[in-house]
Amino acid sequence: MAGCNPPGHRTPKSQGEWELKDNDVILRMTDITKSFGGVNALTDVSLSVNRGQVHGIVGENGAGKSTLMNVLSGVWPHGSFEGTIEFDGKTADYRSINDSERDGIVIIHQELALSPHLSIAENIFLGNERASHGIIDWNETNEDARVLLERVGLMEAPTTPIIQLGVGKQQLVEIAKAFSKEVKLLILDEPTAALNDEDSAHLLGLISGLRDHGITCIIISHKLAEIRAISDTITVLRDGKTVETFSMKDKDNSESRMIRSMVGRSLDNLYPPRTPKIGDEVLRVENWNVYHPVDTQRKVVDDASFTVRAGEIVGMAGLMGAGRTELAMSLFGRRYGTKISGRVFKNGDEVSTRTVNDAIDNGIAYITEDRKRFGLNLIGTVAANISGAGLSSLSKWGVIDLHDEAAEAERLRTALNIKTDTVVKLVGKLSGGNQQKVLLAKWLHTLPDVLLLDEPTRGVDVGAKYEIYGLINELAGEGKAMVVISSELSELLGICDRIYTISEGRITGQRDRKDATQENLMELMTLGGK
Amino acid sequence: MAEMVKKANVLGRVRGGGVNVRDYGLLGALVVIVMFFQFMTHGKLLYSGNVNNLIMQNAYVVILAVGMVMVIIAGHIDLSVGSLVAMIGAIVALAIKDWGMPWPLAIVIALLAGALVGIWQGFWVAYVGIPAFIVTLAGMLLFRGLAIIFLTGGTIGGLPEGFVAVGARWMPAWLGHFADGRDVLTILIGLIAIAGMVVAQMRARGKLKARGLPRTPLALFIFKNAAIGAIIFYFAYLLSGYRGTPYILIVLSVLVVAYTFVLNRTVFGRHIYAMGGNRFAAVMSGVKTKKVDFYIFVNIGVLAALAGIVSTARAAGAVSSAGTFYELDAIAAVFIGGAAVQGGVGRISGTVTGALIMGVLNQGLSIMGVDSAWQQVIKGLVLLLAVAFDVTNRRRAGDR
Ligand SMILES: Nc1ncnc2c1ncn2[C@@H]1O[C@H](COP(=O)(O)OP(=O)(O)OP(=O)(O)O)[C@@H](O)[C@H]1O
Ligand SMILES: [Mg+2]
Repeated sequence: MAGCNPPGHRTPKSQGEWELKDNDVILRMTDITKSFGGVNALTDVSLSVNRGQVHGIVGENGAGKSTLMNVLSGVWPHGSFEGTIEFDGKTADYRSINDSERDGIVIIHQELALSPHLSIAENIFLGNERASHGIIDWNETNEDARVLLERVGLMEAPTTPIIQLGVGKQQLVEIAKAFSKEVKLLILDEPTAALNDEDSAHLLGLISGLRDHGITCIIISHKLAEIRAISDTITVLRDGKTVETFSMKDKDNSESRMIRSMVGRSLDNLYPPRTPKIGDEVLRVENWNVYHPVDTQRKVVDDASFTVRAGEIVGMAGLMGAGRTELAMSLFGRRYGTKISGRVFKNGDEVSTRTVNDAIDNGIAYITEDRKRFGLNLIGTVAANISGAGLSSLSKWGVIDLHDEAAEAERLRTALNIKTDTVVKLVGKLSGGNQQKVLLAKWLHTLPDVLLLDEPTRGVDVGAKYEIYGLINELAGEGKAMVVISSELSELLGICDRIYTISEGRITGQRDRKDATQENLMELMTLGGK
Repeated sequence: MAEMVKKANVLGRVRGGGVNVRDYGLLGALVVIVMFFQFMTHGKLLYSGNVNNLIMQNAYVVILAVGMVMVIIAGHIDLSVGSLVAMIGAIVALAIKDWGMPWPLAIVIALLAGALVGIWQGFWVAYVGIPAFIVTLAGMLLFRGLAIIFLTGGTIGGLPEGFVAVGARWMPAWLGHFADGRDVLTILIGLIAIAGMVVAQMRARGKLKARGLPRTPLALFIFKNAAIGAIIFYFAYLLSGYRGTPYILIVLSVLVVAYTFVLNRTVFGRHIYAMGGNRFAAVMSGVKTKKVDFYIFVNIGVLAALAGIVSTARAAGAVSSAGTFYELDAIAAVFIGGAAVQGGVGRISGTVTGALIMGVLNQGLSIMGVDSAWQQVIKGLVLLLAVAFDVTNRRRAGDR
């Protein structure tokens, strides 16, 4: 398979390779300045990447990481920014993604971009079809795709439509797609944000493997531990400027050094301290059953019962596909599944959550894990998104008070520290982490009593994570019932009072904070459902 | 200071009353086109009579485009409005001539018929889930066919004067004339419009002040109001030199103001934008998307009926071929006005400007005596260029 071959440059593959590589710079970006409507997203940023290395880039939300990569890959064409780029010994002035791909630069964006109704194989070879004289060879397409999928460890038929895959699996398809091209430099923008610990480890293994093929890799992530584990060199950006670049061979390569450079101060705890004040039961779900919307024989949530009390933070742990999101979405206005049965009680009374409006009226909020698809209107303003689920409190006789709306948006922007110059900026122009905060603000605006938070810190930087945890604590402190779904066990262990484990749609157990460990949760999470 | 200006602009836009850069660009394009034809026609374009015709001839485009922009923002399309204009024309003419109804009642019946058609199409789109393209394509055939059936292939003419006035007459000169023969009432209406605009703008400014929010600098505020005021006055001045204020102009003004309000200020309007931007997210936020879709089609049904009434009145009769290609005029106006094909984007102000651009093109080319075949060629190219300009502009706006 062509794409997997080491590219044809003259890096010695024998002994002494490391020393030589260290001096062999494949990419040099110099004094890059890029502005959007007068606001600088990048100011004189320089970056040099050595051939065959894994180069980590970290920085707060909105620091300019994605923008820098967009500049590199031609998303922002040559001429729309200042500074120079040199790639593989040549000056690079890419006018489009195609130009950079021709040179062997492949970027996998933070927001995945697969065509939902096409199959995995079709997506992998989109624009690069396995065809002769314009006629696609389906056998070759599917067979090549199968090999690539094996390489990324995705056990799905190549003919499966993308729409049937969760975000995590889609990420793997993106990587398989990158492997199908002649790639010299692979850029991964937060590739593990949507993956659970196990799949992340798998992916990071894959990336380490690239090194042996001589493929250079730039990886952006907010998971500092994984950046440390995988990178040879790390660059820290803050407010659109390079703070420092250091080698992992450096004596001080600790996480706290990275954090200090990122946020400009040290952060002692990952999780803010909190004394739980737990009150009466707020939410009780009994015998909740949900079937798959297409394959209506398949039970996705199986007889789930759980409770959440006022002021309590309850975690939902499970592997990818365990049914946590499906449970939450089916509870929230039956937005997932068919043949749903079961009962929901709020403060002891049975309530209906049959429609989204029922759920909202009963004080339930669901903060989706897939903000691009289910969460935000990217071509709407920050203010319109924030007010989107709760216009009734800002309007009279169906007429919106735009001043109240702006004031409310402004209030939440400050409270959540959303980085945007104005609340009338289009949400699509915000950095990924700040989009996540807008989503949170949108649901805080509805003043819910129960918050179902699905991966609330996906793609959020350490500092902001801390802020979001603080916010979750604060909301719990106000007596709200909090449910947190997360693929990061450490996160659940860090913030929850109680953790349910879900496996194959069944709640397989629960642990109080004091009794919970990674190990015993993992054991419950992998317990056979039936 | 620069910071302040930016903030003020921003709030202007939050309020929905402000004009954004794109609108300025569009307005600029309109001005350029007007000046071009003014030059090419040796000043004939802005003769009082021609300006009057411009309004009367293009009233239907504005009415249809106002409904169409909502449909398009929501991510749909409506191809049936042209046929509907013909069918409603037939109904209104039949009601007056054959059923002997007084014309105001006939108008009510026609509007109700429009609503009924809207309910019909809205039902299929919203509750059965058939794409609007298909539903309204079917409607296009259906209503045209019914128009022919109703009129049994012929025409109905000789409609009463009161009815014709709706589309083709002027408000009487109640206040007499100036020495040079200009209509006093028209000038007065112009002044009232200017005063209304200034008062509304000042109240909005006052509200901003009361809440301690940043405002447009006073100089800019005054300049903006003065400029728009001058345009309105010049317009009124031109009209007063012909037969005065067309009734239809009043109707159009009310529609434009009302629908701007609906789109910018109401929950319904906001839901349309939310659905067009991301339907899934709208559903997950509790927007009743089916209901909104339904009412969007009811709305355009009624507006298409109004357009049917107006064009029948102007023609003083009903023909089954009326309204041919009207849907395309409306759609073109909406897209020239800056709406996005994917939905989620679009404004009334842009749409009206788009309609005016098409109207001025029609008018200018006709005065120049350009053959109607060539007129179509030119209009097609203008549509393509306008949208191409917009698309590239938007792409560039991301990176400057
Ligand atoms: N198309 C755009 N138009 C306007 N501003 C933009 C655009 N793209 C990015 N920005 C701004 O540039 C800044 C940097 O954004 P960028 O997406 O590069 O951040 P990031 O470091 O990738 O953050 P995150 O970790 O949250 O993904 C942000 O303030 C963002 O709002
Ligand atoms: Mg980013």
